[in-house]
This record gives sequence, structure tokens and C-alpha cells, in this order.
Amino acid sequence: MPEKKRYPAKPEKIYFFATCLVDLLYPEAGLAGMQLIRRDGVEVVFPQDQTCCGQPAWNSGYRDEALQVAQRQLACFPEDYPIVVPSGSCAGMMRHHYPRMFQESGDRDRVNQFSTRVYELTEFLVHILRIDLKDLGPPIKVALHTSCSARREMGVGGEHEALLEQLSNVELLEQARKQECCGFGGTFAVKQPAISAEMVSDKANAITATGADILVSGDCGCLMNIGGHLDYRDESIECRHIASFIWERTDATER
Amino acid sequence: MQPSADFHTRIEQALDNAQLKASLRSAMDGLMASRKACFPDADELETLRLRGAQIRANSLSKLPQLLQQLEQRCIDNGIQVHWAENVDAANRIVLQIMRSHQAGLLIKGKSMVSEEMDLNRFLESHGIECLESDLGEYILQLAGEPPSHIVAPAIHKTRQEIAQLFNEKFPDIPYSDDVDTLTRSARGILREKFYRAGVGLSGVNFAVAESGTLCLVENEGNGRMCTTVPPVHIAVTGIEKVVEKLEHVPPLLKLLTRSATGQPITTYFNMISSPRKPGEKDGPEEVHLILLDNGRSRIYEDNELVNTLRCIRCGACMNHCPIYTRIGGHAYGTTIPGPIGSILEPQKAGLDNLGELPVASTLCGACAEVCPVRIPIPTLLNRLRYERVRTDYDGTTHGQGSGRRLMEATTWKGWSWLHRNPALYRLAMTLVTRLRKILPLGFEPWTRVRARPRIAAKTLHEQAREEGFNDR
Amino acid sequence: MTAKAREAILQRLRNKQPSFDTPSQTVAVENPTWPMEARIARFKSMLESVRAEVHIVAPDSWTDTLKTVATEKQIDNLLYAKQGPLAQAIEIAWGDTLLPKLVHNERPIDEWKEQIFYHTDAAVTSARAAIAETGSLILWPDEHEPRTWSLVPPVHFVVVDSAKLYNTFAEVVEAEQWARQMPTNALLISGPSKSADIQQTLAYGVHGPTELIVILRSPKQQD
Repeated sequence: MPEKKRYPAKPEKIYFFATCLVDLLYPEAGLAGMQLIRRDGVEVVFPQDQTCCGQPAWNSGYRDEALQVAQRQLACFPEDYPIVVPSGSCAGMMRHHYPRMFQESGDRDRVNQFSTRVYELTEFLVHILRIDLKDLGPPIKVALHTSCSARREMGVGGEHEALLEQLSNVELLEQARKQECCGFGGTFAVKQPAISAEMVSDKANAITATGADILVSGDCGCLMNIGGHLDYRDESIECRHIASFIWERTDATER
Repeated sequence: MQPSADFHTRIEQALDNAQLKASLRSAMDGLMASRKACFPDADELETLRLRGAQIRANSLSKLPQLLQQLEQRCIDNGIQVHWAENVDAANRIVLQIMRSHQAGLLIKGKSMVSEEMDLNRFLESHGIECLESDLGEYILQLAGEPPSHIVAPAIHKTRQEIAQLFNEKFPDIPYSDDVDTLTRSARGILREKFYRAGVGLSGVNFAVAESGTLCLVENEGNGRMCTTVPPVHIAVTGIEKVVEKLEHVPPLLKLLTRSATGQPITTYFNMISSPRKPGEKDGPEEVHLILLDNGRSRIYEDNELVNTLRCIRCGACMNHCPIYTRIGGHAYGTTIPGPIGSILEPQKAGLDNLGELPVASTLCGACAEVCPVRIPIPTLLNRLRYERVRTDYDGTTHGQGSGRRLMEATTWKGWSWLHRNPALYRLAMTLVTRLRKILPLGFEPWTRVRARPRIAAKTLHEQAREEGFNDR
Repeated sequence: MTAKAREAILQRLRNKQPSFDTPSQTVAVENPTWPMEARIARFKSMLESVRAEVHIVAPDSWTDTLKTVATEKQIDNLLYAKQGPLAQAIEIAWGDTLLPKLVHNERPIDEWKEQIFYHTDAAVTSARAAIAETGSLILWPDEHEPRTWSLVPPVHFVVVDSAKLYNTFAEVVEAEQWARQMPTNALLISGPSKSADIQQTLAYGVHGPTELIVILRSPKQQD
């Protein structure tokens, strides 16, 4: 159960933790997230030494390997600024699993101090930045896939929706069984390819059945999975990270 | 136990079965909707789940004391208590009781522990007939199949398949695929067995230590039949099913039936505290309670994995599991399938036998979200994945390190090294972006149903610097 | 063998007493309460939702309901407890009418098993109490009204007083201090026997009664 979190006032500076998938596959989503925050007057710091939260190894059982990577991340974010992460999955790892991960390593105070500063991007935009969005885009039909970790671990499914609802020209459509996992699950997609294929195909069917023009998600793992499958099927529906989508629809400078 | 190659074969078979897929999907959708309708108030549900978790945790924290108290109360009430280290010992205790009464027919209520014991096969090999009386279990016994769900055992079968089966086994009864007619046929056949059976067997949903009471939850009345009509009643239970007080029963009962099938309560809640007392006109003259360990005390040794034993067997984790919904219970090849089975069974049978199960999960958390006693199933799956590849053998789970493969371990070591050396990481990622057009990115099995991942032209590290985002 | 197993199991459990992250203070679960009228309405609707019949009648006219319903159901014979709490009223009400034949039997069931299994159409018993929240009857079968009576015949009539209608199961267990006095068998019955084991389709009367007819005696109510 996601705990009820108390949010601090709008800070002057934040750290941005981009995640490894964003870094290599969806940099525009990371950039959009940072630009959204900067536009509202908060300085965004992007530590160049960040790499990955360590989740892939952690979820594969390789705890020592994961811990070493996680320790390196801790060192990248020394100041007491909020750490904003454009992924429910990686934010969940850093907020909820790091404390367990570091249980025996003697870094407990340090890790707790770190973990409580971690916010998922939409959570940060809604509760701390209290962002006010002006939709500049044309009318569009949108389907939203909220990742399992965003929904259940971080409890930010409502924040995803709240942001999209701020966009006046966006019609949010609801797919059947929207709370069901898309079948990504990190290495699961490779270790259980047949089940994963079945899940992603069901998910894609539910999404295309809504008639949406675009699929939005707050997690790049899901986007890579569902988007990759939609692409493979040659579906016309586009896929976008929620940060990119919001930025594209509210950025006045490029219009 | 089934090696992993079989696991994959069973998965493929299940996925190829369109009928199974449709049956499971509609059954699971129905069960999820019923549960949801039964818990309209989210805060109330969370309070109740917290209470349920607390009751189960409290019971486990005092387990040895409570088992002794339960035993003493039962003996005071006239119930005979037996302890079994393993399945074989438990089976032999049942056999001994059957023999001491010269009983040739055992009629069974639904019991997952008796499935764990493979009791039917054991007794039949000793010339004793075992008959399942729960409608679903009876159907499966006719079909020669194990249950595929712990609450709705025949959920994978269609009405027509069941009608065919009845027609094959009872050619004298006219064919019908009408559910009421099929149910009436089963009632007629089994009634005679209840009448005749020398011994009845049941499981236990909760065993109450303070009063020596065995609680049974059911809808059909077969559980009451098995525990009331034959002259001897044997109850089999895992040692973890004990609860401290009677006042703990109402909240657990409420959680159990609502989580399982979305019923506010089942038709019968049957609380047995003694054999027939002098003057009473019915009920068994003898009641036996068999307490089975079979690996549970080993699970108990680990402070985190012990949470597995909180389970009250509602099956909600299965109903909400996207994997279970795709492959059904038989694919798991274990007594208890689904998320709870994937943490429980590998601990009992060893990770060397069932280590694939904890890996076959997306860790989506739907199971933990609905678990009425808040078992952190994904956390425990993750823990077992660790146990499966760790090499220090410092722990209590069987088969530690058995899933470690050199190739995989080396890959993660390399991955770790790269990701803790930021300069190297940046260089490597930049290289990947530059070489994206010639890198072999069409890797199996990802691209079997997906387009190749699209690598960006520039990493975010580079773009952030270019866009003027500071490093500190 | 089992004594050795007992020692070994307990010893292993004693070696390690786990700690849990659940709250140490008892989590308070609020159980619903209803005023009597609403409680009766809840009790009735819950039972009716699982296809039980509920008749709410004045305390002095309940046998009329029993007679009427038993006649409607074309029951040939009705089993009752000659030394049970309902006997006197039933015997007076029946008189020498042409109603279903009243039968009784005070011997152990083993001696007339065939009769109750194959030749008894219906039984009437009392209930010790009832629960509104879940629409449940509480029976503590005894030497007069044995366990099989509410289980084996196809139709079961139950008579209960609204004064004994509790809000919740938790309330009964506490108010009646069950922990001090558990009987051989305590039962909650919440409808006729049912199953959804065939393709999730509800069917009634699997092994227990196909029909459950509840007569709630309530001072303020008429049927």
C-alpha cells in the first residue's frame, strides 16, 4: 500500500535521475521532464555520473551487482534536493527497495535520507510543482497505460490522469482491464517470451480498441514493450512518454 | 517435481489452448468483479487487511506455543492429535486409522493438504477407495486430473466437457449439459457414498488454539457431510493454520470468503470442537487432527520468507494474476499454483526443482494488492530469485545457487562494472548511439513479436549538457 | 512416530521466533451496527440474495407460516424434535389436520440413517441466533436437534427470534463469550447448499438442502 506522503514546498533546485532506458532510448522524454520543471522556475541538476538504479540486476537476483551500482548512484545526489525520476518503476526501486537493499551495508541513514527524496515525475509535477498546464495542441484521443509500479508501488496512477485531464483538448479513453500488466517485467519478457507475447498482444488489442490516436505512459519499459509490439503489428497509433506528450502540447516556444 | 523444460512445454500447451484461454479469462474477470463489489469501501478494506495480516502474524510469532495449546484443547475435547514430519508420515497415519476401523471407503471434503499429500493415490495403492465429494474435485477425480485452482478446482473445464465426462463414466444417466441436471446427478451418486463411507476427511481453514476448534468454510454441504455422517472424521492441516483466539475468526472469515469468490459469507461455516458427546444423536465418534509440517518449519526459520505462511488460501492472488490467467493452474505443475504457489512450492520442493517459478513473474504486484493478509508476494519472489543464484549458501532455502549460470552471472558482473564507472558508461552509451545503425539489435526472443528497439541519436547525458543543465 | 515428530517440529519452531512488521497495537476493525428494523431488512435481503426464503412473522403466528409453506411445497413429511424448543407449538398447531405428516425420532441417527437419508422430505429446527450482516443462522445442534437435520433432508425450515438477531459474527462471538463454551459443533448457515464449480454457474442443492426457509419471529412484524 503506498503510504500517504507529505510533500515539501516548491524547491529552488532539484536533481533529475533519467534512468538508463530514457538515456539510450527515450532521451526526449527525459529532456521534456527537465524542461517542464525548468519552465516553472526550478533549477534542474542533471548529475553526469548517474547511470542506472540497479533494478535489472536486483530483480534477477544479482544483489551484490545491483548494490554496487546503487551505491554509485547515491554518491551522485549528495545535496538535499528532491530527486525526480520519469519512471514509476525506477522511482519505486529507489524509494521502496533501496532501504531493503542497503539493510546490511551500514549505509542505512544515508539511504533513508536518499529514498525519502525520490519522487516520480508526475507526482512531483502535481504535488510539489503544482503545475498548471495550458493545452496548445489540437483535439486528440489518448489512451493511458499506467505501469504496475506507478500504480501500485508509487501510487501515482491518479497523478498521471490528473495531468492529462488538465489538457483541455485531450480526450482520455479507457481501455479494458487497464490495471493489468503489459507483460514487460524486465527480463521476464525474455525469460518467458510466450506469456509475455500473449500479455502484450492482449494489452495492444485493448488499447487499439479504444480508437485512441496516441498511447501515453509514464514508464519506458512499458512503452518499449507495447510500442514495440504495436510497431511490429504496423498499427497507426503513436506512443509517447507522458513527459514528452505534455511538453509537446504545452511548449509555446516551438509554435 | 517437474524440471523446467516441462514447465515451458506446459506453458506452450496452455497458451495454444483457445478454449482454456477463454474459460480462464471469463472466470477470472468474474471473480475479480465479485471481489471488488464485495469491498466497496477502500479504507475499510485496508483496515481489514491490516487486521488480517496482524492476526496471522501474531499466530505465527507464537506458533510453537499455539500448536501446543491447540493440541491440549483438542485432547481435552476428545480429539486425537497426530503430528507428521512429512507427507509420507501423514499418509501412514490416515492409513492406520482406516485400518483400525476396517474402513474401505474414505469420503473427502475439499482439502489442499490432502492434495499435497497425494493421499488418494497412496490409499488406493493400499486398496482403499478415496472419493472426492466437492463437486469440482469430484469432476476432476473422474477426469483423472489435479485441481487447477485452490478454490475453484475445475475452473478450466467447460460445462460441455463435464457433461461428456459424466456421460462416459455413467452411461446409464441420460446425457445433459444442464448445470442443474449435472449437479443433481452428482448429488445422487455421492449421497450413497456419504451414507456408506467409514471415514470422512476434511481440511481445516482455521484451527483455534484457545478452544481447540477446527473451522471449515464451504458452500456445498459436502464438508459437513464428511465431518458429520461417517463414524470417524480425520482433519488434515498444515501447522501454520492455527490462530490464537476465537475472536480472530470473524475478521479472517470475512476476508477469506470475500477475497476468494466475492461472497459476504459461504453457505456453511462449520466449527468442530469435539467428537460426538454422550447423548448426542449424530456426529463422528472419533475425530482425528493431523498436523503436517512438510517443510513449513523450515520456511519458518527465515524472518522474511516466513510471511509465506500467513496465507489463508483464498486464491485471490491467482484470480488477479495476469500470468495465472494466461496459463492456468496445471502449467505450474505444483499443488498450489499462481503467485502464492510460486513462493510456497519452491521453498518446499527446493529451488533446484522449482526455481523457474519465482522467475515466471512480471512482479506487477496485483497479487500483493489483493492479498487479504498482505503477504508481500513480489518481495518474496524477488528474494527467492536471489536465493536461486546466490553462491554463499548462507540461508535456509533448499537448492540455493542452483539457478546460477556462468553466462548470466558474468553478464551481470559486466553490467555492474559498467554502471558503476560513469565515464565508461557515458562512453559506451555514446558509442551505441553512434553505431545504432549497424548494431545487431534484432535479438530473440524480444523481436519475435516486437519491432527492434530504437536507439536515440544522442544520449540524454549529452543532450542535458548541450541544453545547459548543470551537473551539480 | 508421531511423538517424535511432535518434538522435532516444535523444537525447530522454538529455535526461531520470527518478528513481523505488522502493527503491535490491535488494529480496530469497525463492525457495522443497524437499528432493529434495518437489521431485519438486511438479514432478509442477504438471505434472499442466495435464494433462501425469509418470512417475518409475529411470535404467536409462526406455526401458521410453517403450515402454509410446508403445504405449498408439497412436503410429504416433516421431521421435528419432539423434545426440542419448537415441539409444543408445532404439535398444537398441527392437531389432526391433513398437513404434511409430522415425524420424529429420538434414537441415534445411525439407527435410522436410511430414513433420514432417503425418506425425509423436510426438517424443522430452531436456530440459536442470527447475523444480519451476512444473513446467517447460528445453530448449535444438540441431542434434540442433531447436526444432520439441517443438512440431509432436501428442505430445511429454521425458526429464530429477532431478539437474537445480532449485527455481525464478531458481535456474537464476543457477546455470547463463545471462547468459554464451544459446543461439539457450531454452525453458521447462510442459505441453501450451492456450488459454482461447473463453469462458474450457480446451482443449488448440491449436497445439503436445496431449500432453506427461515421464519423470523419478530414482535413488531407481520408477514
